[in-house]
Amino acid sequence: MTDEFDELKARFRAEKGPNPEPQAKAAGIVRAMARYDEIFSTRSQGKARGLRLIERVRGLIPGSTKMHGLKLSHGLMAGASLAVLTLVVVNSGLLREAQNIPFTTSPDQDEVATPEPRKAELKQENLAAKPAENEIDTLAESPPSPAPLPSLEMQGTMARQKMAVDAGSVGYLQKAPASGIVAQGDQIDSYYRDQGRDKFTDIETNPVKIAKDEPVSTFSVDVDTASYSFVRGSLNQNLLPQKDAVRVEEMVNYFPYDYAGPADRAVPFKANVSVFPTPWNPDTKLMHIGIKGFSLNGQEKPKSNLVFLIDTSGSMDSPDKLPLLQNAMKMLVETLGPEDTVSIVTYAGSAGTVLEPTKAKDKTKIVGALDRLMAGGSTAGAEGIRQAYQLAERSFDKTGINRVILATDGDFNVGITDPEELKSFVERKRETGVTLSVLGFGRGNYNDEMMQTLAQNGNGNAAYIDTINEARKVLVDEVSATLFTIAQDVKIQVEFNPDTVSEYRLIGYETRMLKREDFNNDKVDAGDIGSGHTVTAIYEITPKDSKAKLNDDLRYGETSTPAAAGAGEYGFVKIRYKLPGEKDSKLISEPVKIGAAATTVEAAPQEARFAVAVAAFGQLLRGGQYTKSYSYDDVIALAQGAKGSDAFGYRAEFINLARLAKTAQGLEPLKQ
Amino acid sequence: MSASDLDLVRLSQDGDRAAFRLLLERHYGLLYRVAYRFLGNRAEAEDAAQEMAMTLAEKIGSFRGRSRFSTWIYQIALNHCRDQARRQKSLGRMQTAFVEVEAHRTADWADSDRRVQWLYRAIDRLKPDLKETALLVLAEEMSHAEAGDVLGIKEATVSWRMHEVRKQLSQMATTNDD
Repeated sequence: MTDEFDELKARFRAEKGPNPEPQAKAAGIVRAMARYDEIFSTRSQGKARGLRLIERVRGLIPGSTKMHGLKLSHGLMAGASLAVLTLVVVNSGLLREAQNIPFTTSPDQDEVATPEPRKAELKQENLAAKPAENEIDTLAESPPSPAPLPSLEMQGTMARQKMAVDAGSVGYLQKAPASGIVAQGDQIDSYYRDQGRDKFTDIETNPVKIAKDEPVSTFSVDVDTASYSFVRGSLNQNLLPQKDAVRVEEMVNYFPYDYAGPADRAVPFKANVSVFPTPWNPDTKLMHIGIKGFSLNGQEKPKSNLVFLIDTSGSMDSPDKLPLLQNAMKMLVETLGPEDTVSIVTYAGSAGTVLEPTKAKDKTKIVGALDRLMAGGSTAGAEGIRQAYQLAERSFDKTGINRVILATDGDFNVGITDPEELKSFVERKRETGVTLSVLGFGRGNYNDEMMQTLAQNGNGNAAYIDTINEARKVLVDEVSATLFTIAQDVKIQVEFNPDTVSEYRLIGYETRMLKREDFNNDKVDAGDIGSGHTVTAIYEITPKDSKAKLNDDLRYGETSTPAAAGAGEYGFVKIRYKLPGEKDSKLISEPVKIGAAATTVEAAPQEARFAVAVAAFGQLLRGGQYTKSYSYDDVIALAQGAKGSDAFGYRAEFINLARLAKTAQGLEPLKQ
Repeated sequence: MSASDLDLVRLSQDGDRAAFRLLLERHYGLLYRVAYRFLGNRAEAEDAAQEMAMTLAEKIGSFRGRSRFSTWIYQIALNHCRDQARRQKSLGRMQTAFVEVEAHRTADWADSDRRVQWLYRAIDRLKPDLKETALLVLAEEMSHAEAGDVLGIKEATVSWRMHEVRKQLSQMATTNDD
C-alpha cells in the first residue's frame, strides 16, 4: 500500500525466525495423519462413490494407496517430485553450511593481545571455522601459513620443524603444528545462543592446612581437560570465565608433559617429584608430582567397541555444536582399526538407533550415518544413555574396550534429569565393563555439572570441544589416552613431615578430594589413567620456620619431639592403582628429599615450570587468593621460558590466552 | 507446475493418505508461522501448529470449495489462535504467566531484528480485531480483499482497520516507549 506499510512488511519478510523445527513439523504431520486415518479409514469403507476423474491420478502420487489410471492436472507428478527434491535440498544445504564456511585468517598478534569489543559486522568474518580440510588446504597452498602465528619466534620453530620432517610424516606435521594456533578466534557467534546458563558445580578453593594437624592429603587423579577448553572458549570471546568453570588441575592436565615414563607395562606409570621455590611467593616452595602413564604401541592396542551417543536435540542446532560434533566423530572414525566396531544412537525427544554396530572398515556407512544427523526437539538424555548401553552390551568385546561416547551440551530436559539418578545408573553399568566418556559442546547453556558427574562415575573422561582443533587433540592426537585405560582408580596420598613442613595446600583437585581412609579402600572409585597420559599435581608447601606461615604457632601448643624417621624429607608420596580389570590395588611410593630441591625457579625442570605457569594462571582466573602480586605478565614470562618443543602449539596458544585474560571483561554484555 | 491444492484436497477427501500428507507438508510452515506471529513464542506455536494440522484432518472432508483453499486454511489457523487467546484469558494465565511468556519471547526474539521486535510489541497492543487484520496484511502480505475473505468482513472494513492500525502504530512510534 503505502511506503510506510511496505517498510513494515519488509521487516516481517526479513525475519528468519518463524519456521517450525523439522522435528516438530514431522511430529505434527504424524499426528495429523493419524487423525486423518482415524476418520477416513472408517468413512471410506463401503463407500462407493462414482469414479471421479481425479481418482485416476492417484497412481502418480508416491505412496498412494490406490493405483488407478492417469491424468488430472499435469502438476501432480511434478508436485510430488518437488516435495522430494525440496527435502534433498534442505539436507545438502545443511551440509554445505557446515563445510563451506569461508576460511579466514585469525587476527594477528596485536589484535589477539588487545581484542576489540565484538561488533556485529565482524561476526560474518569470524565464521572462520570448522572443517579441518579447509585449514589443511590453505596450509598446503601457502606454506608461509595463514598469519595467526603468535610470534616470529614461533614461526621459526615451525619452519625448523617442517624442514626436519621426514617424508613419511609430512602430511601429519603439516596439520599438526599449526592446529593449536589456528583455533584462536574461530568462535562462531552469528546464531542465537543462550547466555549465562552454563551450569558448574561450586568449588571452594582448597585451603591451607597445618601439617601437624592434618599431615595426610588424599585425592583422586583427574585426567579431564574440559575446563581448559571452556576457559579458552570464554577468553577467545574476550570474557573471563566464571570462577567455578576454572578447575586448576584440569587446566594443568590439559597439556601433555614430557615426564620420564615407566620402563615396562608391569608398573603402568612413574611418578616424578620435584621441589622448587614458588614463583609467586619467595618464602614457600612448590612440590610438583608428575605422573606419566605407559604408552601402548600399535599392536598392543585392544579392539574397541564404541557407541556414539549423540544429542540431536534442538539446542544442538548451532554451528559450534552438531556440525562440529559430526566432524569430530568422523575424525575419531579415521583413527580406528578396521575391526573396531561403531554404533550410533541419537536422542532428542525420543532415542533411536541410527547405526547398528558396524565395523570401522565400512567407513562410508558410518560417515554417511553421521552426515544425516539433524537437530530438533527436546532432550531425553537418559533414554538415550539406556539405549546406548544396551547396544554396547550387545556387541560386547571381552578383551577389548567397550565404551559409550556421549556427545552433548548436557541440557537434558526430558525423562530422568536428576544427575544423582543418572549417576547411579552409570555406576551400575560400569560394573559390567562398559565405560562412558563425555564430549561437551557449545556454550551459554552448557551443563558441566552433568557431564562431570557422568564421566567421573562412568570411569571415562570428559573433554570439552570448542573447535575442530580441540576435536583433533582429543580424538586423534591423544586418542589412545582417551580410549585405552592402563590403570584404574588411581589415588594419590601425600604424607607431610610436620618437622620440615608447617603448612601445605593442594592446588586444584577440589572436586576430587578423598578421605584419608579411602586411599586403602579398593571399593572407592577414583580416576583412570590412559595410555601415555600425563597427570600433574602441585602442592604449595611452607617449610618449617618460613615467614610465609599463615597460621601462627599456638602459645599453649605442646612441643613434640621430632620423629626419628625422615629428617631429610618433606614428605612421602604414595600412589595406589589397579591394573585394568583387577580388583586389588597396588602401591608405589617415593620419599620427597629436601636435598634434591632446586634453589631457584629457573633450576626447576622445564615441564614442571610450565605446569606451574598454568596453575598460576588458573589460580589468577579464580581470583588469586594465594598468589599475592603475581600477574598475568608473570605467567606469560614463566610460560615463555618453559615452552619447550611444543610440537602441537598448545603452549603457544596458552601464552596467547594469558594475554587475552589481561583485557577480558568480567561479564558478557547482554545481546540485543 | 505442481498439483493444485484443490486436487490434493479432493484426493484427500477420498481417503488418499499420500495426497493429504503432501498437503500438510506444503502448508505446515504456514500454520506454524501464523501461530508464531499471533502467539509470539515458539513452544506455543509448535503446539498450536500441531493442533491446527489435526483440525485440518478433521475438517478436510467438509471443505466444499466455495472459498479458496488458502483462505480456508488461514481461517482454521486464525480460529485456533483466537481460541488459544481466549483460553489464556479465561484462565487468567495472561496475568500470572505474563512474566514467563515475556521472558520466552525475549529469548525467542533475541536473534531477530530489533525493529521486528518493536513491531511485534506494537501490534500486540492493538485491539484483537486490529491485530488480526494487521498481521494478515503486513506479515502475510494479503490484499485487503483477501484479508476480508479470511476474516469474513468487507474489503472496505479491512481498509478502515488498516487506516486505524497505521494511526496507532505511528502514535506508538512517536511516543517511542520501547
